[in-house]
Amino acid sequence: MKRLPETIGAWLLGLVWILPLAYAGWTAFHPREYSARFVLTAPLTLGNFADAWRAAPFARYCLNTVLLVTLILVAQLVLCTLAAYAFARFEFAGRSVAFFLVLVQLMIMPDVLIVENYRTMSRLGALDTVLGIGLPYMASAFGIFLLRQTFKTVPKELDEAARVEGAGPLLTLWRVYVPLARPVYIAYALVSVSYHWNNFLWPLIVTNSVTSRPLTVGLQVFSSTDQGVDWSIITAATLLTSGPLLVAFLIFQRQFVQSFMRAGIR
Amino acid sequence: MRGSVRRATNNPHVIGWLLLLPAAALLVTFTHYPAAATLYHSFFSTAKAARPAVWVGLENYQAMAADPVFWQSLRNNLWFALGTIPTSMALALAMALLVNETLRGRAFLRLAYFTPTILPMIAVANIWLFFYTPGYGLVDRLVQAIGLPSHNWLGSRETVLACLIVVTIWKEAGFFMIFYLAALQSIAPVLAEAASIEGAGRWYFFRRVTFPLLMPTTLFVLVNAVINSFRLVDHIVVMTKGGPDNASSLLLYYIYDVGFKFWDTAYAAALTMVLLLILAGVAIGQFVLLERRIHYQ
Repeated sequence: MKRLPETIGAWLLGLVWILPLAYAGWTAFHPREYSARFVLTAPLTLGNFADAWRAAPFARYCLNTVLLVTLILVAQLVLCTLAAYAFARFEFAGRSVAFFLVLVQLMIMPDVLIVENYRTMSRLGALDTVLGIGLPYMASAFGIFLLRQTFKTVPKELDEAARVEGAGPLLTLWRVYVPLARPVYIAYALVSVSYHWNNFLWPLIVTNSVTSRPLTVGLQVFSSTDQGVDWSIITAATLLTSGPLLVAFLIFQRQFVQSFMRAGIR
Repeated sequence: MRGSVRRATNNPHVIGWLLLLPAAALLVTFTHYPAAATLYHSFFSTAKAARPAVWVGLENYQAMAADPVFWQSLRNNLWFALGTIPTSMALALAMALLVNETLRGRAFLRLAYFTPTILPMIAVANIWLFFYTPGYGLVDRLVQAIGLPSHNWLGSRETVLACLIVVTIWKEAGFFMIFYLAALQSIAPVLAEAASIEGAGRWYFFRRVTFPLLMPTTLFVLVNAVINSFRLVDHIVVMTKGGPDNASSLLLYYIYDVGFKFWDTAYAAALTMVLLLILAGVAIGQFVLLERRIHYQ
């Protein structure tokens, strides 16, 4: 067989890479006494998941996370579309300076400005709300940049044709640009959802009650205070929190991988 | 009246700014304003119940220069960056080259490499915390199986940072692989054919053709990796809380500690300025490299 060493190397690396997840899966689906004993005849159980589900309000956390990622995504799509259209097709005064100021956020993300953003949120009365977690991320430089690049490739003739028929800028944007950018929207949406589903530090700082905590923070509160060292339940809870995204990824893996590629090429 | 409204809707300056306004308002509120406010507040003392914040000039910065924990966090962060970036990038490139070929089980391998990217860092940290558990976790059991003594991996100053570096590499290599894979797929197959007709070896082809063509991707990945190494501290919160003895404290984690455990927001502002300077340095570095055109456009 051609390229045997490479195949073996690739598989070894792949097994090492999947091992932590496989280990977590083993622990979560087996009774506690088998959590570190690998016997093929060990009985399977869903008991750890049931225990974890009962021990903390994961349903509520899950609802908060779904609300959060939806809120952020909808706001991002609207705001970034409008801004990207402005940058792509209007020669307005101060455009390049404004664009530079937008790009600043690619380097200085809200993730590092936690102290001042916390102050702002407390002034806005948005502490401990889903809105408070989402606000700093709604205007995304990455989204604006990505859509601007896409909108620039739309032929000007299509734009002019819509204008001749009497459509204003917003209608033109909606009828011409948005439909043509569909694949980019899907790519951006997948990247955004997986980023904010997994985001942790800022939500940890802003939230302090069950009513606003997303899954990641809920998992941390659960595993650090309630459980001691019951690894079976903690790994079950861990898989539970990553579960929805992981299942979605396994079903739509081609789209996921292609979306991350598309978002990275620019 | 109608005429002036009509004129406004045709004026590109008005439309442009109106379209930009909602995003600009949020960007200014949560990026530019807080960056400026960080600088401003770093010159004041932290407000207490009895005493409002007062101007202290450079006192916070002087305290920082004399703070061993700050220097240790900064040093840790540099080692952390040095430990994670080259290895995860090299692995990412290797992975991309491997799954770009027709190997047996390519789809599975691609999935295996990429899956850690989809998991929350916090979940990853929990899994690895279990891995590193002394006596009981898989790492210690493997070590004991080859006859070495049990070791408290996260509990000792010598190994804790290396453990976190391993976790980060595992989490990020697959993410960077995607960008290399995308770039590899855009390289025309004609080049490889031409090279093999000319009798060029595969390693030679990689060194002289593939790798230079991947340079823009390498720069993009490098910048992202550097930013991530200063931005991502989720695993520190879960696995070590910066300990033992601050041996695993990174700069942003220390900021979080100072700002939200000790509520010394003024000092946290001064620390944040260091982080902002580092990120600005990365931005300028990227700009300079792009200007030099390390690759044709």
